[in-house]
Parts: sequence; C-alpha cells; structure tokens
Amino acid sequence: MSLIQTKLTVNGYTHSLLVNADETLLFTLREQLYLTGTKEGCNQGSCGSCTVLINGKPVLSCMTPTLRCANKKITTIEGISGGETLHLVQKYLVSDGGLQCGFCTPGVVMTAVPYLEENPDVNRKEIKESLSGNLCRCTGYKKIIDAVENASKEMKK
Amino acid sequence: MKGPIGRRTPFIDAIDKATGQAMYTDDYKFPNMLFVRFLRSTKSHAKIKSLDITEAESYPGVVAIATGEDLPISFGVLPTSPDETAMAVKKVRYQGEIVAAVAAETIESAQLGVEKIKIEYESITEFITPQDSLHKCEPDEQIHPHTKNNKNIHKIAELRFNEPEKEIKSASHIQTGKFKFAGVTHAFTEPHSTLAIWNRDETLTVISATQVPHYLHINLSKVLELPLHKIQVKKPSLGGGFGGKSDPFPHEMITSFLAIKTKRPVKCTFSREEVFITHHGRHPTEMSMSISCDDDGKLTALDTDIIIDGGAYGSFGVVTSYYNGVLLQGPYKIDKFGFRTQRAYTNKHQCGAMRGHGAVNPRYAVETLLDMMAYDLKIDPCELRERNFLPENSFTVGEFRITSNGIRDCINTVREKSDWDKKYGKLPFGSGLGVACGFFISGSALPILWNRYPQTVVHAKLDFDGRVVIFSGASDIGQGSDTMLVQIAAEELGIPMEYVQVEVADTKITPVDLGSYSSRVTFMVGNATKTATSNLRNEIAIAIAKEKNVSVNDLYFEDCRVITKNKSVDLSWMEAVEIAMAGRGAFLESGFYISPKLGGKFKGAGAGLSPAYSFGAFISEVNVHPKTGEVNVVKVWGAHDCGKALNPLSVEGQIEGSIHMGLGQAVSEEMWYKNGQQMNANFLDYRIPYSVDTPDMDITIIESNDPEGPYGAKEAGEGPIHPVLPSIGNAVYDAVGVRMMELPITPDKVLKKLKEKV
Repeated sequence: MSLIQTKLTVNGYTHSLLVNADETLLFTLREQLYLTGTKEGCNQGSCGSCTVLINGKPVLSCMTPTLRCANKKITTIEGISGGETLHLVQKYLVSDGGLQCGFCTPGVVMTAVPYLEENPDVNRKEIKESLSGNLCRCTGYKKIIDAVENASKEMKK
Repeated sequence: MKGPIGRRTPFIDAIDKATGQAMYTDDYKFPNMLFVRFLRSTKSHAKIKSLDITEAESYPGVVAIATGEDLPISFGVLPTSPDETAMAVKKVRYQGEIVAAVAAETIESAQLGVEKIKIEYESITEFITPQDSLHKCEPDEQIHPHTKNNKNIHKIAELRFNEPEKEIKSASHIQTGKFKFAGVTHAFTEPHSTLAIWNRDETLTVISATQVPHYLHINLSKVLELPLHKIQVKKPSLGGGFGGKSDPFPHEMITSFLAIKTKRPVKCTFSREEVFITHHGRHPTEMSMSISCDDDGKLTALDTDIIIDGGAYGSFGVVTSYYNGVLLQGPYKIDKFGFRTQRAYTNKHQCGAMRGHGAVNPRYAVETLLDMMAYDLKIDPCELRERNFLPENSFTVGEFRITSNGIRDCINTVREKSDWDKKYGKLPFGSGLGVACGFFISGSALPILWNRYPQTVVHAKLDFDGRVVIFSGASDIGQGSDTMLVQIAAEELGIPMEYVQVEVADTKITPVDLGSYSSRVTFMVGNATKTATSNLRNEIAIAIAKEKNVSVNDLYFEDCRVITKNKSVDLSWMEAVEIAMAGRGAFLESGFYISPKLGGKFKGAGAGLSPAYSFGAFISEVNVHPKTGEVNVVKVWGAHDCGKALNPLSVEGQIEGSIHMGLGQAVSEEMWYKNGQQMNANFLDYRIPYSVDTPDMDITIIESNDPEGPYGAKEAGEGPIHPVLPSIGNAVYDAVGVRMMELPITPDKVLKKLKEKV
C-alpha cells in the first residue's frame, strides 16, 4: 500500500508523517510517535481505552483514520495538563482508588476531562452515563465515579 | 499501628497509570524488533494432512516461521497435566488453536505471511459438549491419547464423607436442584502480550503480561530445552489478570523460540478476538445438587454431581475439578458431604482458573438451595444461614483448618445495613432482596510444584542512601501487591513509604514467588516481607545497641527515627543507617513463607487446604421488569472478612470489582458457541457491565485478625465474588417468585419462568 504524507498536530507539536490510507490514529500515535499512554484494548471501538481528544472532543482513536486528523488538534493522555501537573480527574483517580491495573485509565481520563470542562454541574447519574463507553474490569466503576465526582466538586470551587 | 498499615493508601504506581506513563508489555519497543502473527486452526478436531510454508517464507518482510514440529515438548501449569504444545503437532483440538507463527518486519507483513501458509485438514469426530465426551469413542477419535476407557474425560475428582447420599434419602427436609452455568471469561482490558530478546550472552529475556513469571520461567526452560539459568522472565505493568494470565501460554513459547531463531527481539500482542479465543476462563458447568437439614434448619448433608466442560487442554482443570466440591465445606458446618466432578475434554478453547476459581458456580447452587430450604421451613434466609455457620478455630468435615472467622459479623452487618428485616419478602412485586454467603482460600497450602522450597522468598536491602529495596517475585497485576510490599516495609522500619522501593517480578533479580493466583500474595508474600524487614530492623538495632550501649529491645523504630523511650538514643533514620552499615556496607535480609502442615491423610486431602480462609455475606436488591424480564441490580451490600485490611482502599476496590464481575456472570456474560467456535469474541456481543449497569455498592470490611496472616490479613481478591451471584438469584426469587437455575439470568429465561409460573 502506498504511503501518504500528512501533518499531525499532537499535544501542541506538529509532526510530518507518512501514513497508510487505512492507518488508525491509535496505530500512528503508538507505533509512529511512540505515545504509548493511549491503549489498545479491543481495536473494535467498544472499550474506550484508546480515547483521545480531537479539537477537544473525545474520540476512539482505534476507529479514526489518521488521514482524517490533518489540521486538527489532537490531545493524548501525555498532553493532559501539559503533561506536568495532574489534572483534578487524575488526582482523584489516584487518591480515591479509581484505578487498579490502570490499563483503561488513560481512556477514562480522556473521557472525563472534557466532560467536566463542558459540564461543571454534574450528578452521579450523569457521570455514569458519560463514562458508559469506558470498559473497566477491575474497579466496578464505583471509585472511578467517586473520583470524577470529587474532581467536579473541586473544579467548581 | 502508626505506620501505613491499615491506612487508605493509593497505589505506588497510580500516578504513572493515571498519566499514561506506566509501561505495559506492548508499550516496549526494541531496535530491530520483529512482530508475530499466528495461523490458527479453523477446525475443531482434525488431523493436519499437510502444512506448506514455502510461499510464506519467501513473502517480503517475513523473517522466520515456526510450526508445531519446532516445539514438540508439551507443557502446562500443572505438572499433572502437561498436555499442550506450543503449536498443534499433527492434529488440532479446537478452532483458534495456533498451528504456525510468522515473524516479520511489520505486523502487516507477518499477517500477510500467515495468509500464504497452505494447510489441509482431515476432520475427526468432534466432541463439542461435555456429554459427547462422556461416551466411549474409537481410540483414534480421542482428543488426547492419555484419557482412560476410550472416553474424553480429563479428570474425575470425588470425595465422600459419612455417606451423604443415605442421609439425603431419609432426611425430613431436602432440596434438590439442577443447575447450568454458561462459560465466562476474564476479559481483562490489556490483551496478552510477550516480547522476547535473545541476548548476546546466549540468555533469553522475556517480558510478558503474566501473573506467573516463575511458572513461565520453568515451562520456557522445558519447552525450549534451555537451562533455567539462561532465562529471565520480567513482568512489567499488567492490565488485569483475574486468572486469565496465570498459565504459561503457547504464544510465550513461540515468541521466545522466534527470538532465539532470528537472534532479534520479537513481540507478539493479541487482538481482542485472540484474547477471547485463548480464554482459560470459567468452565461451563452443569450440576445436580441436594442438601438436607433437620427440623431446626441445621444442615445435615450435601451431595453434588458436577460436569465441567474443560475444552481441549488441561490448564488448571484438575484443581478446578476439586475446588468445585471441596470449597463447599464452608462457611456452613456440614458433616455428611460428598461430591463428584467430571472434567471433560471437548473440542473448544480451554477453560482454567478465573476469579473465585472452581467454587463460584457450585456456590450459586448451594446458596440457592439454602434459600429454597429457608422458604419451605419458613425460616428467614439470614437466620437459616446463621444457624449453620462454622465456628472459628474449628475443622470442616474434610479437615480444613478454620482459624479466624468473621462470618457472623458479615451477615449481621449486611442484614442491618440493607434493612433486610423490614424489606425482605415485603417489597412490591418486581422488587426483591437476596442474601448469600461465601468463603475462600488465602493461598493454597500445597504449592503446584512439589519441591522443598518455600512458597515465596523476599529480600530487603539497605544501602548508604537510606533506601530500602524490597526484592520480590510477587506479580502486581493491578491488585496493588507492590504497594502492599512497601507498606509492610515502611511499617516494620518506621520510615515513610517514600524510603522504600521495589524490584519485582523479574526472575533474574527477584527471589522466587509462585505468582498471583489463589489469593495467596498478601498472606504469603506479606508474611515473608514482614519477616525480611523485621530481620533488617533487628540488624540495624543490633549495630545501634552495640554502639550506644543500650539493649536491642529498648530501641523503637518510628517516625523515621530510631529512639529509646528516654531519648538516650535519638537517631535520625540516616544516622541509624550509617551506624548499621559501618564496616560492612550495604546488606540484605531475607524472609520466606512456608505453609504449616495441614490437612487429612486421604487422597485428595490437599485440595483447598489453606493457612486461612476469608468469609463474606452479601445482600443484593433487584428490580425485575415483569414484562421484559430484565433484571436490574439496584444495590449490593457486601461485608467481607479479610482478617485485617492492610490497605482499606484496595480491599474495597477488590470487593467492588468482585461485585462487577459477579454481576456480569449473573445477568449478562456468557460465551456463545456454534459447532465449537466462539460466536461472540468481542466486547459488543460478550456483555460486560459498563458504568451505567453498575449498582450502588455499600461495602463493609470485617476484620477478624487472623493469627497467622501478616498483621492479621487474609485474602480479599476472590472470596467476595462468590456471594454476589446467588444473592442476585435469590433476590430475583424474592422479587417475582421464580427460581433461576441457569446463569446468566437473561430476560428470556426470566420471562419463560414467569410464564411457566402462571
């Protein structure tokens, strides 16, 4: 398959890349840019582990062709809070036990962060619904929901 | 306790995981690395007539190919059933079995190379259901040649005490049921992955997503015919196991072989479909069970006959067969007790160990029958259970030694918190409450491998920098065992956790630990860590006592200082370290754990023996929609006796995760097959509960302080799943009056039962 030249802006830096026409954003991020914080859990669009932001909106990078991302702003887990401090969502996932094996966690962060930024006033039911695309097999979700709720409370302060 | 023991402690690797910096196997890349893809069988049971790799070998990018003949030595996690080879040799036994492997420059060229392999099969009679396998067949039809009497039965496990069948025939109160359980799988989020490197000094380094680096080490040595000292197995961050990564796997053997063959790093990572196909999950099970009791509701006997569908290979199946029976000896006292489990080989992917190993399905049956008994005797189901609990410091009929036992506190807690007495039997039609109990081992007292070594060894090293490094083979699979090691070391030495670091799960560097399975790590590795670090403390104390002319017993290690009560000695940690190391430098202390000798003398007495048992009681509240048959679990109250919660945050997490997994098996998860092929090898069709399905949870940790556990701790990772499923099933009965004897409790089954009732 012939390679196509494209530009990809990830976490504020623009890369010039050669990609396959059917290459997914997940593959490009992990294999070309070595941004391995984004995880491949199913490659079928059903577990949410590969969630990244495109222009601030969460998308499943395993279902997104890289060529569709030219001229768009991509943010991965490595780009959250500039990669330097913990976002409140991350802070509470850590302190509230909202992660165990941690494999789904980057996807949870990439779903919850934009959600709380757009919806400062949320209740538990809404948080549950917002995370309904993120499969976690360890926690039973309770402590993830606790963490997002605590983050939202602190963000409102 | 002043230190971190008992304190809610975030995992030491939590920030790395929350920021995406934690490295899982597939995140590793090495220069010049090759990728592996597999040719997998499309037949359930067939001879391989021909296998032609010539075209694949010359495909661009393909570097090496492996087939069954390359690795013919069989292996398996249990030394009693090493019945699997890395790739199919001469015949295939299930759809999805690996037949050949291609290593290539890219994943794409490896896959295209696989497609160039030509294979011809000659079908053999297929044995898809366990019932098929119980019948005699022609010798050349047998799935494995070693099974007896021309049947495909892998194992018959049977124990009987005091003729339960006689009691059940004559007892005044009997309950009998036939139960059926679909197979379920672990569905950890991180797919299996392995990276192998053949080093210049002719040693092999294998980085793998495994719960059992030690067993992988041993089985690699056997299959590759490479001496043990030339193999290093490392487990990096691991994305969930639940028993699904507790076998040595074919892909680990093959990837290693290809690394040796090509002298290049080789990586293999499964697709989600391959994860499902590899399976090793909970056995599909059918059982009939009877219990009897006297007029006071005292249980007199239990007898059960169980068939489990093992799939094509052994895995942990011998243990599973026993656990299906022996783990019913608690939490109730039953003096007349018997079971028989037949594990059938079938032409499907193999089953093995999964959270709550072996006992989850029969536990559902026992607790359902108890509920039926309570209903018939008009005794409250909580009350009936309370009348039958084993006391602490007692023995079960099969000579399990029960030490600490918090079951009464467990059931009283959930009964009160759920408002059981006001709600049970009194909620409107469609809503109901159900109760169930459970118990589980804190590690197996008898290790899988028969040798004279301890079950675990831990080293604790002190150096000039004041840092304590814990070396342990324990495998943190997300349950937080690394954090547990640090907590214990910090507690023993009176230093902050930041002074303690771990080197873990690396068979070249860390002493042997058997792995993360059977809920053994906190109990066994915790005890060994406590010994190692208290030995380290003693060594420091001896040096200080000598230099300061005080008694060792007068020295206290706390708040990062070493002091005497009267402050005649008042040293900072670093000052203490300097004294301890004077004239000798860095030193290391060791601790180990060996289970006490336990159990009876009869054959099979070893199965299920554990130095301590956890206990639990759960109550679930459900809504059942009478028109759609949908079961909605609204709330679960769980109380689990883990002895002592070293880290309550993590114990709660284990209990909540058990509720999640139990809920899935109870109402939605099941493997679907058509002619032996799994039809739902993806997360859309294999229905795991998502956040919106999760019930409210009210968790209580009961601390019975086990006399032999580290600081009193027992297990918390598996025991809590057992009561979850039957508490839901019993709640469905309270809600709509139908007994669900088959899992999962899907709407169609509920509707059918509701129709039959009318």
